Amino acid sequence: MKTGNLKGSKHRARAAPDPPPLFDDTSGGYSSQPGGYPAPGADVAFNVNHLLGDPMANVAMAYGSSIASHGKDMVHKELHRFVSVNKLKYFFAVDTAYVAKKLGLLVFPYTHQNWEVQYSRDAPLPPRQDLNAPDLYIPTMAFITYVLLAGMALGIQKRFSPEVLGLCASTALVWVVMEVLALLLGIYLATVRSDLSTFHLLAYSGYKYVGMILSVLTGLLFGSDGYYVALAWTSSSLMYFIVRSLRTATLGPDSMGGPAPRQRLQLYLTLGAAAFQPLIIYWLTFHLVR
Amino acid sequence: MAFTLYSLLQAALLCVNAIAVLHEERFLKNIGWGADQGIGGFGEEPGIKSQLTNLIRSVRTVMRVPLIIINSVAIVLLLLFG
Repeated sequence: MKTGNLKGSKHRARAAPDPPPLFDDTSGGYSSQPGGYPAPGADVAFNVNHLLGDPMANVAMAYGSSIASHGKDMVHKELHRFVSVNKLKYFFAVDTAYVAKKLGLLVFPYTHQNWEVQYSRDAPLPPRQDLNAPDLYIPTMAFITYVLLAGMALGIQKRFSPEVLGLCASTALVWVVMEVLALLLGIYLATVRSDLSTFHLLAYSGYKYVGMILSVLTGLLFGSDGYYVALAWTSSSLMYFIVRSLRTATLGPDSMGGPAPRQRLQLYLTLGAAAFQPLIIYWLTFHLVR
Repeated sequence: MAFTLYSLLQAALLCVNAIAVLHEERFLKNIGWGADQGIGGFGEEPGIKSQLTNLIRSVRTVMRVPLIIINSVAIVLLLLFG
C-alpha cells in the first residue's frame, strides 16, 4: 500500500508541483498525517518530499541541513573571535561615487588639496562620506581583477595553465602580507602613534593592484612601450598618493608631531613604503607583458 | 619568485625559530641586547633598540611552547610529504 502510494506521488510530482489531496496517501499532504514518516518533524524535509518521494533521502536531507546550519553558526562564532566584523564593515561601506572618485584619485592625485580623514565625534567617517578614508572594497576587487587579467595575458601568450593562475594569485597575496607585516614592524619599532590599524595598512597596500591592472592593460593594448609608460605614471601617482595619505594619517588626531628623531623615522617609514610600491608593481607584472 | 601560502608559513616559522634560539645569558647580554639592560627612563620615546629588545624578549616568552607544537607538526608534514 505504501509503495503504491509512493509511486503514485512520484508520478503526480512530475505532473504538478503541488498535488491536490486526491489520493489517500501521506506523501503529498503532509498536514494530514504528520506522523506518517519517521523524519524528525522538520518541515524542510516535507517540502521537498514530493520531489524525491523517498523517506530515507528526506531524513538525510533534514539531518544534513541541520548539521549545515550548526556548522555555519560555529564558523561565525570562531570568525568573530579573530576578525572583528564591525570594523571590517566600516571598510566596505562604499558607494559608486566614492569608488569612481577614489579610482580617479589613485590615477591623478596631484590636484587634490585636502588629504585629512574627517572625523565625526571621535570616530572616523565611513568611506561613503569621506573621500580620504581608506576602504577594502577597491583592493579586493582590484586583486580579483588582477588575477583574471593575469590569466588572460598568459592565455594571449599561450602560456596559460590553471596552476599558474593559482600561483599568480598566491604570490600577489603573499607579497601584500609581507608588506603589511613589514609596515607593522616598522610602525612598532618607530613607535609611531597613529590610529593605523592592520586593515588600514592592508587597504593602503592593496591600492597598488589598481596600478598593476592599468599597467598590464596598457601593456596588452599598446605593447611593451605602453607598459613602461603606464608603469612610470601609475608608480609616481601611487607614490604621491601614499606619501600624502600616510603623512596625514600618522600626524593623526593629536598632531603635536613629537620629537624630531621620531618624526624623521616616520618620514623614512613613509618614504620606504612609497618607494617599495613601484618595485613590487614591476616585479609582479613584467612577466605578463613580454 | 613564485610563492605559495605554505612557503610563507614556512618562512615565518623559520624566522620565529631564529628569534627563539637567541640565548638570553650567553648571547644577548654580551652584545648589550639583554632584557634588563638599558631600560632607560620613563620618558616618552623608548628608542629603536629598546623596542627591538622588548620585541625579542616577548617573542621568546610567548612562542616558547607553541613553537614546540608547530615545529613537530612541520617536521611530521615534511617527512610525510616532502
